[in-house]
Amino acid sequence: MAAALRVAAAGARLGVLASGLRAATRGLCSQATSVNERIENKRRNALLGGGQRRIDAQHKRGKLTARERISLLLDPGSFVESDMFVEHRCADFGMAADKNKFPGDSVVTGRGRINGRLVYIFSQDFTVFGGSLSGAHAQKICKIMDQAITVGAPVIGLNDSGGARIQEGVESLAGYADIFLRNVTASGVIPQISLIMGPCAGGAVYSPALTDFTFMVKDTSYLFITGPDVVKSVTNEDVTQEELGGAKTHTTMSGVAHRAFENDVDALCNLRDFFNYLPLSNQDSAPVRECHDPSDRLVPELDTIVPLESTKAYNMVDIIHSVVDEREFFEIMPNYAKNIIVGFARMNGRTVGIVGNQPKVASGCLDINSSVKGARFVRFCDAFNIPLITFVDVPGFLPGTAQEYGGIIRHGAKLLYAFAEATVPKVTVITRKAYGGAYDVMSSKHLCGDTNYAWPTAEIAVMGAKGAVEIIFKGHENVEAAQAEYIEKFANPFPAAVRGFVDDIIQPSSTRARICCDLDVLASKKVQRPWRKHANIPL
Amino acid sequence: MAGLWVGTAALVAAGRRGRWPPQQLMLSSVLRTLKHVPHYSRQHLMVSRNLGSVGYDPNEKTFDKILIANRGEIACRVIKTCKKMGIKTVAIHSDVDASSVHVKMADEAVCVGPAPTSKSYLNVDAIMEAIKKTRAQAVHPGYGFLSENKEFARCLAAEDVIFIGPDTHAIQAMGDKIESKLLAKKAEVNTIPGFDGVVKDAEEAVRIAREIGYPVMIKASAGGGGKGMRIAWDDEETRDGFRLSSQEAASSFGDDRLLIEKFIDNPRHIEIQVLGDKHGNALWLNERECSIQRRNQKVVEEAPSIFLDAETRRAMGEQAVALARAVKYSSAGTVEFLVDSKKNFYFLEMNTRLQVTTTMHTKKVTTSGALIVGSVTVPSPKQRQHTGRGWQMSPKQRQHAGRGTSPAPVLSDCTEPKAEADDFPVTQLLILKVLGIIRFNLTCADLYFKDCASFPLNFQDPYKSFGLPSIGRLSQYQEPLHLPGVRVDSGIQPGSDISIYYDPMISKLITYGCDRTEALERMADALDNYVIRGVTHNIALLREVIINSRFVKGDISTKFLSDVYPDGFKGHMLTKSEKNQLLAIASSLFVAFQLRAQHFQENSRMPIIKPDIANWELSIKLHDKVHTVVASNSGSAFLVEVDGSKLNVTSTWNLALPLLSVSVDGTQRTVQCLSREAGGNMSIQFLGTVYKVNILTKLAAELNKFMLEKVTEDTSSVLRSPMPGVVVAVSVKPGDTVAEGQEICVIEAMKMQNSMTAGKTGTVKSVHCQAGDTVGEGDLLVELE
Repeated sequence: MAAALRVAAAGARLGVLASGLRAATRGLCSQATSVNERIENKRRNALLGGGQRRIDAQHKRGKLTARERISLLLDPGSFVESDMFVEHRCADFGMAADKNKFPGDSVVTGRGRINGRLVYIFSQDFTVFGGSLSGAHAQKICKIMDQAITVGAPVIGLNDSGGARIQEGVESLAGYADIFLRNVTASGVIPQISLIMGPCAGGAVYSPALTDFTFMVKDTSYLFITGPDVVKSVTNEDVTQEELGGAKTHTTMSGVAHRAFENDVDALCNLRDFFNYLPLSNQDSAPVRECHDPSDRLVPELDTIVPLESTKAYNMVDIIHSVVDEREFFEIMPNYAKNIIVGFARMNGRTVGIVGNQPKVASGCLDINSSVKGARFVRFCDAFNIPLITFVDVPGFLPGTAQEYGGIIRHGAKLLYAFAEATVPKVTVITRKAYGGAYDVMSSKHLCGDTNYAWPTAEIAVMGAKGAVEIIFKGHENVEAAQAEYIEKFANPFPAAVRGFVDDIIQPSSTRARICCDLDVLASKKVQRPWRKHANIPL
Repeated sequence: MAGLWVGTAALVAAGRRGRWPPQQLMLSSVLRTLKHVPHYSRQHLMVSRNLGSVGYDPNEKTFDKILIANRGEIACRVIKTCKKMGIKTVAIHSDVDASSVHVKMADEAVCVGPAPTSKSYLNVDAIMEAIKKTRAQAVHPGYGFLSENKEFARCLAAEDVIFIGPDTHAIQAMGDKIESKLLAKKAEVNTIPGFDGVVKDAEEAVRIAREIGYPVMIKASAGGGGKGMRIAWDDEETRDGFRLSSQEAASSFGDDRLLIEKFIDNPRHIEIQVLGDKHGNALWLNERECSIQRRNQKVVEEAPSIFLDAETRRAMGEQAVALARAVKYSSAGTVEFLVDSKKNFYFLEMNTRLQVTTTMHTKKVTTSGALIVGSVTVPSPKQRQHTGRGWQMSPKQRQHAGRGTSPAPVLSDCTEPKAEADDFPVTQLLILKVLGIIRFNLTCADLYFKDCASFPLNFQDPYKSFGLPSIGRLSQYQEPLHLPGVRVDSGIQPGSDISIYYDPMISKLITYGCDRTEALERMADALDNYVIRGVTHNIALLREVIINSRFVKGDISTKFLSDVYPDGFKGHMLTKSEKNQLLAIASSLFVAFQLRAQHFQENSRMPIIKPDIANWELSIKLHDKVHTVVASNSGSAFLVEVDGSKLNVTSTWNLALPLLSVSVDGTQRTVQCLSREAGGNMSIQFLGTVYKVNILTKLAAELNKFMLEKVTEDTSSVLRSPMPGVVVAVSVKPGDTVAEGQEICVIEAMKMQNSMTAGKTGTVKSVHCQAGDTVGEGDLLVELE
């Protein structure tokens, strides 16, 4: 917050000269030209944000300006700006002075297109009062969000703000709340994406937190409730900005951010890529992009991917790459709760959401973090008509006091809830283990999975042979024979297949072809649910 | 020809143990060998028609079932041939190989133990058990593993199981380098000066080395294939070499005996194929030039050698035959020679297995005109003996052998080989003549790029001289079999794991041509069209070698790689026009991807308004240099202006295929786009080498200038495992002071011991591994202060 103030002061000093010149020229011209000129001047000033010096400082930090970011993110020439003339309305602390007024204030808003598709955008301008949020700033954001909801197009926020405009007091706070309200209203109606490209601290963090996806830029972006100084004074912890709320922290430890990118340019290019996976609103079906990969392509390498020893790990990402179009997979939260994989890909051109257990990490078990990660992703896909493909190799929920005390019961329930609630097409492939309650959770037939397949290597049972034998044959002498009997009975896909809990046992190499075919059929799926105000997911 | 095979099965079913016909297997191999060989002229079609006859005598008896005591490519080849002959096959495998190709191909498979070779493929007890269980009548050992193991041969004999290969006596005599050298001397074969006994310890090694004079070669007595082999230029290196070689020898061959001999500097490695029968007949065939080696393992092979003259060839051949006679050799084998620049040659060793690299047989087909392909799977003379028949060369062959095969006449064309009934194909196929066959061992080794300089023959700095085998899973794999004159011998398929436990060889790639130029051109094409993803490989190096002017001229030696790439192989050096082509292709690809990103199935609710960009102004970074490119397209044709020069680029722009055939100003190129990131990074395999380019629009490139350089971690103070493997030894403990380049620990992977050295002088802060640990790639081993 202190930083924001310093920035504001610097901006103000700069403004003095410029406005002096403007005043001198104004008197010489007629009223009409004067208006035109003022328009011109305002526009010119708006494009300069907080002035060249602030722009240079921004560049020096390795950051782009608000407008540069927009120009990279959107198709060339597609940006239509709104509220360029809006100025803040604060009169206290000398803010009313001309030098402290910047046309457009500290945010650039408008709409544009990404690969031809409509998007609403706001980009906070750090060069104006450190990007701090004034009432006017919030109002501008709210305006485009309202429009986006009305029209049905996503909102992308590029966050780079020191925090609240302290000079405005409660008006600034009100502004945040206005935005939060719209974030919530828009939730599930239009996709909302936040890209954190600078500081985002205090109450401001809750807007990204409410959006569907939060991305960060490595080394130059921070998200925290309170900065290192406050942390030091309250808890006496010594921590750097980067450790407290840098991209690494939030993408690996806290799970606040969904992915981090190298720098501004990389982040914006990736955001364009990512945007292509999303439908514009909940009224649209998942987008179908031109695809060169044959939908009936056989994938022979999958026939050998699952190791014969059920204790040996393999990489589920390999399966995903092999199955989806052109091996393109946009993974969400690749470094957090790595025992579950979630992300977007395409099947025969159509966007799908992929959920998979990762045997390579913690045997692919479900724990608190992976359940929450999976649940949020599943709910996003369901909200926006994106079919779900689930690859199952799960030995169960992670046992232990840490998990129980942490509330694995209610957190695990989230994933269960999300899959059960989802009405989008759901295709499930059990590649190997599907044990215990985790079998039920992972988009099983019982939770209205549309098509559930098992590979020949599938083992669907209450638990692994060893544990099961210890219970069933307690005190039994010939443990090995008992174990063999259990394996013979349960360590294969038949018990589930004979009951119709899996629709077919398929050759792994045919997985892609089968899924593509199913998705074509399921495109017209419709499910009616009883009326309710809203569901009550165990939060 | 296919009809020929019909009769076989019935005979096999009859279960009569009669004569074991070499031709059957031989011909099947020939067919496979040559199915890619095109017919060039009517004239030669005529020739082949005149010759056309039967491949083997269907009345001859074959085994009912054989066990193949090997894995990978050679096991696959043997099984394929057996299948054609109607012989049942049994594969053995380690547990990690359970789903590998050879196991799937065989009729039966037996697991003989866990992954380490000493517990599986070298586990004689388990293999004997498997033979008993499956009732296999014979064992084909392939190459490597137990192929030259006399103990194994003895065990088999005791169980009355036939060993498909030479006599135990010959294996013993030639398999032991010390004994073979003595024998060679006796047979008046030129040998390398050296110590004819087992070296006891490092100090004795140093003493002997001094006597012989540096440089010396330390090698495993039981060894082969470059394993357990090191060159030393001074006492210190001799001690280290002794230690590393004996460890490697122990783990690879279960025999840590070493010998030392003079190292012939700058030699060529040329080997002669010999054939012998039970009646004292022996003949030699043409040579193979195997000089281009890395760590003493053959990388490129070629036949015929363009270095040998008729006289040297004959002299070498005659000595090879003399040696074969001296050991009463009764099978197919290879006699390896080192040849110095004055065409002096020295006996190196004799391989009593059929061939380390089976494909060489093919080469024989094409260079000397003789054919011994089939000998890979031919029931050996020993079997004949077993059945009381005793294999004997035909009169024609004897005649051939008697005069020693002189280089066969060179025909300018390729013909399909045909064999006459009742004749041993070796002599029948003399007409067949294809020149310039080059064989590549495709391995997965990622250090070719930086490591060629430290190719083991450049032993000034042996500690930095290891190549690191890359391991992983073949996520995509596609052999260039759609091209003419190409053959690939492999034992893998998409999805195969390249394990740390075995030879990192991916395949052997062979091209044929009517002359050397054509064979080379086809090889370049084949390499460009070879799709290997998921493991790093040496295609870039191989493709560079074959277009190297020294190689094209034939000016090569075993030091070729270190001579040509003294600072390490850095990939293909692009000429200006090649660079422009690459940049034009890359930008066209970029634009093609961008354009496709706008192609959505029309969504009626909200119209899509595609940006209208007539000219794509791009900025491409290649090797830290930025190039300005303007691209425009009409349909699939792109007009690209690279740094001022205009190029026309056309292709189908199918962005899902691993291979993209592109025409640049009429020049046809096959490129592979290996990876593409939204941030503009793209890896393109072009002319064998993978180039990393960064493509941004002009605007993005301008703004990219403001992006900060990321500081990279100082890696000199941490030592991380460069590959997955097993820690064999750790030479330091915390608190020790180490000098830059000093050995810190040894990691064994792919049967090779790799010495890990300190990146800087300093004190050891902590050690994170101990001997026996299994480490993964990137695992922290040792930290320095």
